[in-house]
Amino acid sequence: MISKYVDSASSFSGDIDHLIFLITAIVGFWFLLAEGVFFYLVIRYTAQDGVRAQYISGEDPKEKRWVAIPHYLTLGFDVWIIFSAIGVWQEVKQTMPQSDETVRIIAQQWAWTFVHPGADGKLDTADDIRLVDELHVEKGKIVQFELQSRDVLHSFSVPVFRLKQDVIPGRTIRGWFKATQAGGYDIQCTEICGIGHAIMPARIIIETPEDHAAWVLSQTPATASITTPTTQTGGMP
Amino acid sequence: MSSTATETHGHGPGDGHAHDAHGHGHHEQNFFLKYFWSTDHKIIGFQYLFTGMFMALIGGFAVYAFRMQIAFPGMSVPGYGRVTATDYNALVTTHGSVMIFWVAMPVLIAALGNYLIPLMIGADDMVFPRLNRLSYQLFLLSVIILICSFFVDGGAFGGAWTSYPPLSAKPEYNLTPLGAPLWLTAVAIEFAAFLLGGINFVTTLMNSRAPGMKMFDVPIVVWMIIIASILFMASVGPLVAGAVMLLFDQTVGTGFFDPKKGGDPVLWQHLFWFFGHPEVYVVLLPAMGIVAEIITTFSRKKLFAYKTVIYTAVGTGALSFFVWAHHQFIAGIDPRMANIFSVTTLLISIPVAEMMFVYIATLFGGSIRLTTPMLWALAFIGEFLLGGVTGIFLGASGADIYFHDTYFVLAHFHYTFFPIAFIGAFAATTYWFPKMFGRFMNETWGKVHFWGTIIPFNFIFIPLFLLGARGDHRRIYDYTHFPDLMKPGMQDLRILATLSLVVLLAFQIVFLVNYFYSAFRGAKAGANPWQANTLEWQAPSPPPHGNFPDGLPNVYRGPYEFSHPDRQEDYWPQNSAS
Repeated sequence: MISKYVDSASSFSGDIDHLIFLITAIVGFWFLLAEGVFFYLVIRYTAQDGVRAQYISGEDPKEKRWVAIPHYLTLGFDVWIIFSAIGVWQEVKQTMPQSDETVRIIAQQWAWTFVHPGADGKLDTADDIRLVDELHVEKGKIVQFELQSRDVLHSFSVPVFRLKQDVIPGRTIRGWFKATQAGGYDIQCTEICGIGHAIMPARIIIETPEDHAAWVLSQTPATASITTPTTQTGGMP
Repeated sequence: MSSTATETHGHGPGDGHAHDAHGHGHHEQNFFLKYFWSTDHKIIGFQYLFTGMFMALIGGFAVYAFRMQIAFPGMSVPGYGRVTATDYNALVTTHGSVMIFWVAMPVLIAALGNYLIPLMIGADDMVFPRLNRLSYQLFLLSVIILICSFFVDGGAFGGAWTSYPPLSAKPEYNLTPLGAPLWLTAVAIEFAAFLLGGINFVTTLMNSRAPGMKMFDVPIVVWMIIIASILFMASVGPLVAGAVMLLFDQTVGTGFFDPKKGGDPVLWQHLFWFFGHPEVYVVLLPAMGIVAEIITTFSRKKLFAYKTVIYTAVGTGALSFFVWAHHQFIAGIDPRMANIFSVTTLLISIPVAEMMFVYIATLFGGSIRLTTPMLWALAFIGEFLLGGVTGIFLGASGADIYFHDTYFVLAHFHYTFFPIAFIGAFAATTYWFPKMFGRFMNETWGKVHFWGTIIPFNFIFIPLFLLGARGDHRRIYDYTHFPDLMKPGMQDLRILATLSLVVLLAFQIVFLVNYFYSAFRGAKAGANPWQANTLEWQAPSPPPHGNFPDGLPNVYRGPYEFSHPDRQEDYWPQNSAS
C-alpha cells in the first residue's frame, strides 16, 4: 500500500507497511460501516408528515446492546492492533541486533554530517569518512547509528526505511537499520529546527557490497575531513 | 451577587428580584460600560465569541499565505507578498497557536460556556461575575500581546505552536529574540484567563441550578463544558509551570531545558503534552455537547442513553491524562514507555467511539429535519469519524514510526479539530443564533455556506492524508529540495489542497455577511423557535439582563423529553409543570 508510492528498502519497512495495511483494513471496515449506518438513518428517518418520532430512552439493556456490542467489538479490535503495533515497535526500536558497522550522524542547523567508519570499520580513527548531507551504506549490512545534535532538536527520517528518530542535543541516541535495496533516497529532518528546516535535505546512497567497497577505497586517503566534532557528548541511558 | 440565585428560585412571575439584585438599571449604563465593562454572562460570552471570530480571521489569513507558498513556491502571494522561510515558520506557528488557543478555546469553552451555562441551568448569571469580567480582560490582554509580537524586531515566533526547546529557548537558534518570549507570555496569560473562567463555570453549575434540576437533568452541553473545564484546570498547571521555566530560559539564562547546563529539552515535551493532549478533549467535549443538543432537537428524539454519554465523557477525560507521550514515541523517550502509551491511546478510542455510536443510535426512529444547524451537527459526526479512526494509525506505536511528523498527522489532526472548532462552532452559532439575537439567520445562505465549507474541507485534507502517506514531512516551506517528494502528482495534490482552502476561506464571507445582516435584519424569532426543551428557550430572545424576567424557572424533568407518548406536542420543556 505505502510501498506502491514509497520504496520499501529496509528489513523492517515491510513489517511496518503490513501493520499499516492491517490497521487500514480494520478501521476502514468500521469507518465505512459507521458512515453507512449513519447515512441510512438520516435518509430513512427524514421527517415525514404524520409520522411521529419514537420515544426510546436507550437505558434498557435490550436497546443498549446496539451500542454495547460495537463497544466490545471495538475493544477486541483495539487489542489486536495493540499487539501488532507493539510487535513491530519492539522489532524496530527495542532490539539492537549485532551490527556490522556503526555510523555517527551529527545534526546541526542546518546540515547533516555523516561519519562513516572507513576501511578499518571503526569510528574515531584516522580513516573515518566524513560527508555532509550524504550517507553511504551497504546493502544487506546491519548498520547501527549514533545520533547527536549540536544545537536544537532535529529528527532523522528515512522514508524508504520507514524509520524516524528525534535527535536531542546532549545525548547520543542509538538505533539500527538494514538496507535491502540499492539506490539513492531522501533523508529528511522532520522536527522543526529553525528557519532552515526546509533546506536540510540529505541523501542516503545504498550500494551493493562491491560498489560500497569501491566507494570506501575512493574516500580513504583522508580527503574528506571537513570538521571535527567539538562536542563529544554523554551517552543515553 | 448571584449567590442570590438560590433565594430567587421559586419566586412567582413578575417578581423582578433577579433584576434588582444586580443593583443597576439598564438606563444608567453607557455603551462602554454595557459592552466592555459588563459582568453580564451573555455580554462576556459575546466578547469571547467576537474576539474568537476576529482571531479566526488572523489564523485563516496565515494559513492562506503559507499554503500558497507550498503550492506555488516563491510566488508573491496576493495580499501578503513573498513568503520567506522566516515568514513561513512564523505563519505556521501563528496559525497553529491562534486557532487552538485563541479560537477553539475562547469560542467553544469561554463563549458558549458563558452564554449557555446560566441560561441552561436556569440562573440569572454566573456565580462570580466580576471574576468572569477579569477573565475576559486577561484574555484580551493576551490577544494584544500576541498581536504585538507580530511587529517586534525579528518578527513573530516561528518555533511551531508546540514551542520545543532548545529552538524556542535561545534567540541564536530561533532568531526571534522578542517574538518568542512575547508569544509565551501571551499563552501563559491566556491560560490564567481560562482558569478563572473554569472556576466560575464549575462553581456556577454546582450552586446555581434551578430548583428541581438534578445532576441527570442537566443538558449534555453543560455537562461537557464542565467536564472540559475540570480537565483544563487539572492539566494546565504543569504547562504554566513549564512556560515560566521556558520564559526564564529565554530571558534570564536559566537552563531548565538546556542540556549544556544540566537541563533536558524533553522535559518541556512532557509538560507541554501533559496539558496538550487533555486539551484536545477540552475542546472536543463541548463540541460533542453541542451536537447532542442539536441532533435531539431536530430529530425530535430523546438522547439515546443519556447517562452513558456522561460516563463516556468522564472516562475519556480520565484516560486523557494517560496518553500524552504518544506525541513523543520517537522523541527519545525510553522506547519501553511507548508500549504503555500505545495501549492507553488505543483504549481511549473506546469511549469516544461509544459517544459516536450513541449519537448515531439517537437518529434511529427520529423525525429528522435538515435545518442548517442540523446539517452542521450531522457533518460533525460524519467528518469526526474519519478523524477518529485515523488516530489509530498514530496511536499504534509501530505505525507511528513512519507517520510521525508527516502530513498524515496533520490531516488526522485537522479532521478532528476542524469539526470541533469550526463545524461545532458553526452548529452552535446557527442553533443558538435566534436566542442570541431574537432573529433567524437566512437558511438558504446558511446552506450555501455549509456546502461551501464541507466540500472544500474534504478536498483539503484527503490530499494531505495521501501526501503524508507518501512521505511529506511537516513545516517545510518548499519541497523542491527533496527529489523523492517531487514525484509526479505530488505537487498537484499540494495545489489541490491549497485551492480548496482558498474556496473554503472565500465561503466564510457568506457566513460573516449572513451573520451580521441577520443579527439586525433577520426574520424575528420567538422565544422557542426550534421547539426545544432546555431552559434557555424558555427565556425571551434575546434574554434580558437577569435572563428570566418572569422569575427563575423550576425544573420538572430531563432535557430531552421529545415525542413523549403521553403528550400531544412532541416536546416537553424542562420547566413545564404539566
